[in-house]
Formats: sequence, structure tokens, C-alpha cells
Amino acid sequence: MAISFGFTISQTRVVNMDNCDFGKLHQLERITPSFKKCMNCGACTATCSAQQFVSFNIRKVKSLYTMGQLGGLDKELAKCMLCGKCTLVCPRGLNLRPIIMNMRKLLTTK
Amino acid sequence: MKKIAIIGAGPAGIEAASILAAHNFEVTLFEKSSTPLSNILDKAFLFPSSVAAADLVDELNAKLLHDNIQLICEKEIVNIKETNDECKLFDKDGKTYFASKVLITTGYTIFDAHRKEELGYGIYKGVISSLDLEKMIRHKQIKNSIDELPQRITFLQCVGSRDEKSGNNYCSKICCVTAVKQAIEARKLLPQAEIYIFYMDLRMWGQTFEELYRQSQEEYDIRYIRGRISEASATFDGKVQIKSEDTLIGQPLKMTTDLLVLMCGMEPSPGTKTLAENCQIAGDYHFIQTIDPHLHDNETAQTGIYVAGSAKRPMSIRDTLSDAAAAAMQIMSDCQ
Repeated sequence: MAISFGFTISQTRVVNMDNCDFGKLHQLERITPSFKKCMNCGACTATCSAQQFVSFNIRKVKSLYTMGQLGGLDKELAKCMLCGKCTLVCPRGLNLRPIIMNMRKLLTTK
Repeated sequence: MKKIAIIGAGPAGIEAASILAAHNFEVTLFEKSSTPLSNILDKAFLFPSSVAAADLVDELNAKLLHDNIQLICEKEIVNIKETNDECKLFDKDGKTYFASKVLITTGYTIFDAHRKEELGYGIYKGVISSLDLEKMIRHKQIKNSIDELPQRITFLQCVGSRDEKSGNNYCSKICCVTAVKQAIEARKLLPQAEIYIFYMDLRMWGQTFEELYRQSQEEYDIRYIRGRISEASATFDGKVQIKSEDTLIGQPLKMTTDLLVLMCGMEPSPGTKTLAENCQIAGDYHFIQTIDPHLHDNETAQTGIYVAGSAKRPMSIRDTLSDAAAAAMQIMSDCQ
């Protein structure tokens, strides 16, 4: 029987950039080049309709996607209702609806 | 003809000298090293327009060719004393010179990255300073520590700036855009490499700087990660492993990079420090203090002693040139 110490060791949270697969990032940047322009201001998250009802941070999803941290992002992106308010407020002119649609598509293809 | 002494033949010294000479002042320009403009000569291209540094050097050197300007190289002025409306300058060997007014344009020196030991400058070959990279760009050849083309280049902002541990709480102001410029130049030489810039804030304060930053993302695929690299170590194959946090996703991060480029800040040059102390006009961090940052920004507490350029605070070349013109104007109106 395993002895319980009252705590367990969790998986490391360190992002190892040497093992990240940036293939899907490069694919997305080819389809929707405006993705590159993001400067992480968070205006999209602030105005997001979905974010008012559920825990959803589109800016962070974008950041995680850029860093190759793709696990669970498809579930996150399912919360988006594609209302397009983020596109309206983005100061760098990112075309977010097609970006989100393409992210979803890329995340479900192998 | 009034005699003006200018200490330091950098962009500020030369610009002020040429304006004063054109207005019939007799200018003596003292330079500590053997040639003028050594700080610009270290550079390959200048932000934001990517003009070749050598071109600006040529234009500034041409301004020195005026009958009213006398350039004295290898002469270090260490003290100035003002008596009876005249300034007496003392060089290192105790020799003296006289002038009605003195303009100090002794400038800056780059932060010595050895002082940030945890980043491994001078210990690991893959860790280089922004000045070292500028030299590689000048020679159009960027290589890693084992003489191969780098696959990954990582820039780190704010080395020796905004850092209490270095004793410098101030922002050096020019490093942000310098990294953007260097990243773009590196991209031109290395189309395949991954290029990252680690930053705490990106301060794109000047005209067209923000546009250059945007262009670097859009056209040159430069990637920006918000976080400060806290330590670097070597890998067995001559690369550098760095640790940071990506503060935008809130997770620690590590990666191996061929080159870690430390964006070193600006500090007062040894000459600036010496004059600031000896003339009792030292301000914060041993830069030279002006009387007032708005209306009297070229005058010091000592009558007859003026200052321009990065001897008073970190400044870009463009700002330095306009500051020098302002100082020349102030000297002229005070001589009336």
C-alpha cells in the first residue's frame, strides 16, 4: 500500500521551449498573418461577451498558443460565441474571428 | 572673438562646436581618445531609419573642418574652475587652458555586463553584449560560440537598467528600440533563425519606434516574451540555457539558445563622472545635474559651465544633437 504524505508531486509547470512544437503556430500565422501583430494588451479579454459568464481569457489562449502550450485549448476556445467584439476593439487590427476559427480547426487536426 | 571650450568630441560636442564656430566663436574641442566619435563608430546601423553609422560619422567629421574649430585629441580635462568671468580648465597633467564658457559633452559608457554575473557574460562564450552583436552585424557575420550559424538568438532587455542590484534604477531609454533594430538586422543575416526578445516593458517612445516594433513582428517574425531572464548557464555543446518566466501565461520557462544578447544600458562615462565630481555638479547616478529640467536644461550650478547630451542622462543620438544645438544657443545668448 502506498504511503500517503498528504501531498503529491505534480507535473512540472516549466515550459521547455526546446521541446515545444511550433508547427501549429506557424500554420496559423500563414493562414491569418495578423496573428503576429498582437501586443498582449488584453482589450479582447476585457470586452469578451463569453468572459462575463464563464472563465475564459482569449488573450491568454493566444499567449499559450504562441508558446506552443496547446493542451486543453480546444475546450477553452469552445467557449467563444464568435460575437466579434474583440475584433472591434483590437488596437493592432487582429482579425480575431477567423483566428479563433482557424485555431479550433488546427487544434482538432493532427 | 569669445573663446569656448568643449570637452568631448562626440555628436554633442561636434554639433555644438560647428554651430558656435559658424557664429564666430573660437572653439577648442578637447577629446580624451585618439579619434572623435568612438561611440558611434562602434555601431553598424542607427535606429530608427537604419542609416549606416559610418555615414553620420562622415557628416559630423565634415562639420569639424571649420577655421574656428581646433580639435585637440588625447587630452583629458579633469577639472574646471570659474573665476572673474573666465573658466580655467585643467588637464590630467596639470596643464591649464582658458575659455569664457565651457560645454561638457563627455557622454556615456555602456554598462559593463560582467557585473551581472548570473547572466554569464565573460564566462560563457554564447553570452554577448549588445555592443558585441553590433560588431558582428557590422562585419555581416553572426556566429555562435562554436563558429556555426545560430539557430536561436535571444535578446534580454534592461541589463544594468531598471535594476537596483546594479545601482541603476533608471531606464536607459535606447535599449528597447536598439534590440528591435538589432533583431531586424539579425533576421536579414539569418532568415531561418528563431529570434526572441525578453522584455519587462517595451518603451517605444520615439517617432516611428512603435512602427518599427510592429514591423519586426509582422515582417521579420521577431517574437516577444514578457519576462526577465534571471540566470543563464552553459550546455555541454557550447550553447546557453536560460530561465525566465513568461509572465503573460504565468508559467516558468526554460530554453536553449545559441546566443544570449544582453541589452546593456548607459552609464555616465568615466570622464563625465570625474568632471561631475570635481566641478561639484554631480546629480543622480553621477550624471551631470542641470539647474532645471525644463527651462535651464543646459546650465549647471557652476556659472560658465554648460552640459549637453548623454553626460546628463541617457539619450539617443537624435536627442543628443538637438540638445547640443540648444546648449550652443544658450551659450551664445549668455555671451551677449
